[in-house]
Amino acid sequence: MSDTHTEDHIYIVGAGHAGGELAFALRQQGYAGPLTIVGDESHLPYQRPPLSKAYLKGECEATSLYLRQLAAYEKANISLVLSRRVERIDRANKKLVFDDGREVTYSKLALATGGRARRMTINDAARAERTSNFRYLRNIDDVMAIRARFEAGQRLVVIGGGYVGLEVAASAIARGVKVTVLEALPRVLARVTAPQMSQFYEKVHRDAGVDLRTNIEVTGLEFNAAGDAVTAVHCTGGVVIPADFVVVGIGLLPNTEVAQAAGLDVDNGIVVNEYAVTSDPDIVAAGDCTNHPSVFCGRRIRLESVPNAVEQARVAAASLAGKPKAYDSVPWFWSDQYDLKLQMTGLSQGYDQFVLRGSMENKSFAAFYLKQGRLIAVDAVNRAQEFMVAKRMVVACKPFDPAVLADESVPLKTLAGPVQAAAPQA
Amino acid sequence: MSIRLSVVDRNGGEHEVETAPEGSLMETLRELDYGVSAICGGMCSCATCHVYIAPEWLAKLPDRQSDEGDLLAELQFRQDNSRLSCQIQLQQEHDGLRLTLAPEE
Ligand SMILES: Cc1cc2nc3c(=O)[nH]c(=O)nc-3n(C[C@H](O)[C@H](O)[C@H](O)COP(=O)(O)OP(=O)(O)OC[C@H]3O[C@@H](n4cnc5c(N)ncnc54)[C@H](O)[C@@H]3O)c2cc1C
Ligand code: FES
Repeated sequence: MSDTHTEDHIYIVGAGHAGGELAFALRQQGYAGPLTIVGDESHLPYQRPPLSKAYLKGECEATSLYLRQLAAYEKANISLVLSRRVERIDRANKKLVFDDGREVTYSKLALATGGRARRMTINDAARAERTSNFRYLRNIDDVMAIRARFEAGQRLVVIGGGYVGLEVAASAIARGVKVTVLEALPRVLARVTAPQMSQFYEKVHRDAGVDLRTNIEVTGLEFNAAGDAVTAVHCTGGVVIPADFVVVGIGLLPNTEVAQAAGLDVDNGIVVNEYAVTSDPDIVAAGDCTNHPSVFCGRRIRLESVPNAVEQARVAAASLAGKPKAYDSVPWFWSDQYDLKLQMTGLSQGYDQFVLRGSMENKSFAAFYLKQGRLIAVDAVNRAQEFMVAKRMVVACKPFDPAVLADESVPLKTLAGPVQAAAPQA
Repeated sequence: MSIRLSVVDRNGGEHEVETAPEGSLMETLRELDYGVSAICGGMCSCATCHVYIAPEWLAKLPDRQSDEGDLLAELQFRQDNSRLSCQIQLQQEHDGLRLTLAPEE
């Protein structure tokens, strides 16, 4: 079966944060032709951050996660094909092949395929994935399964001490669950932050009652007699940790297979240029699935964050609409655990100096990362105002005097220079 | 019963918006094609839901919490009547509320 469209028809593959944003951005950029989003989940495009926070704690409804409600898509004349996977891109004939065999013809294509949870490689993993109490966390269905077990006294083992794992731990503790976190590396958040920050978060979690263990690797899983539930996690050194349920957060793999099979350049993500255009000029890509040049970092990066998904989606839409603008945003991210509001800007990799302003004891501080004297990243905990200033400071990529950064008697904004004068308002 | 808001977009266009008096003001504004991007989804972390409230309505809204004030303090387009729309829960008595979307930073 084949679609009859021979005219313009832009398709977006992936109905996630980037895909949803891209569709509306295309309309804002003036594209009025046929526009369809194809996604393999059953939901309207939604935000994932609450999946390990408010939504996991049961504090909000699934519909409030949706970027926009259905009426907004109807009004903007954006078609949605949900619960449908794109299996193949036939670039020579500009066709997409769906998992039900249907084929459609695109004039231009946007890939917003995001990523999927990295799976465990131990032998027992495949078996555990078929049980009901072992879960990765990436989508709404995962949360439904996990949340159902959030009862006081239940024993949860979280495998992985990254942001997702730690947020799950904090949400579970809030519900009275007994939590153990297992991290294979010597410290939590090792890939994204300084040892001082890791220590701070480790202490916070331990103080909250989490049994947090680092330098410990999972070697196997134990099952009940029926084989339909995991009952314990086995670790190096013969350690056995009984579990009522297990949540795994060990990272993300970008969904690049469809792009790769179509012959697009792929290298830890779908390779795009600063205009979000892939190696095929008729195909753009945005979000967690892209490997893109960062003006700020001076190298190619792949990010897993909402600000990146949103801003790159807009750049991709501008390119599709024939009004290209380069992507030059500075990365930023946030994480909420307990009463701690963490906001981060820049990328700290490669820093050679760490400067603390404020007090970790009082849970209110900003951490500055310098490389050869220049400021490359800032992590702010419960310091929203300084974070906003820090964003401007990091963009400037200038040298700062560490002693002055640490000196709380000097307001940060006097270092950053004034905000530009506000534009006149009607 | 639904309430009506008067929203001025970033190009000065005026719109009457009908909405249910529930959820945050941001949740209503992000549905609009000229609306706010609300990147953090209401966590008071991004300030991309920034609006100006008509002066006569300011006093009728709940006060800012410290997080909101902190984020607003450093915005380039901050004004005295600035608010983060994700921090305002819509209620029946907000019928008639008038606001303007702040420029994107
Ligand atoms: C638990 C959790 C907490 C997070 N917390 C934060 C946070 O606090 N702050 C932050 O900035 N970011 C956070 N993130 C990351 C953020 O959610 C992602 O960066 C963002 O969702 C990326 O959007 P995306 O559109 O690129 O990918 P996704 O949201 O993953 O969307 C991609 C969609 O495409 C679908 N798809 C893939 N291939 C196909 C195909 N062939 N056919 C059809 N559909 C397909 C996928 O199923 C998916 O629905 C969090 C993520 C998780 C999982
Ligand atoms: S939506 Fe992010 S601060 Fe309001």
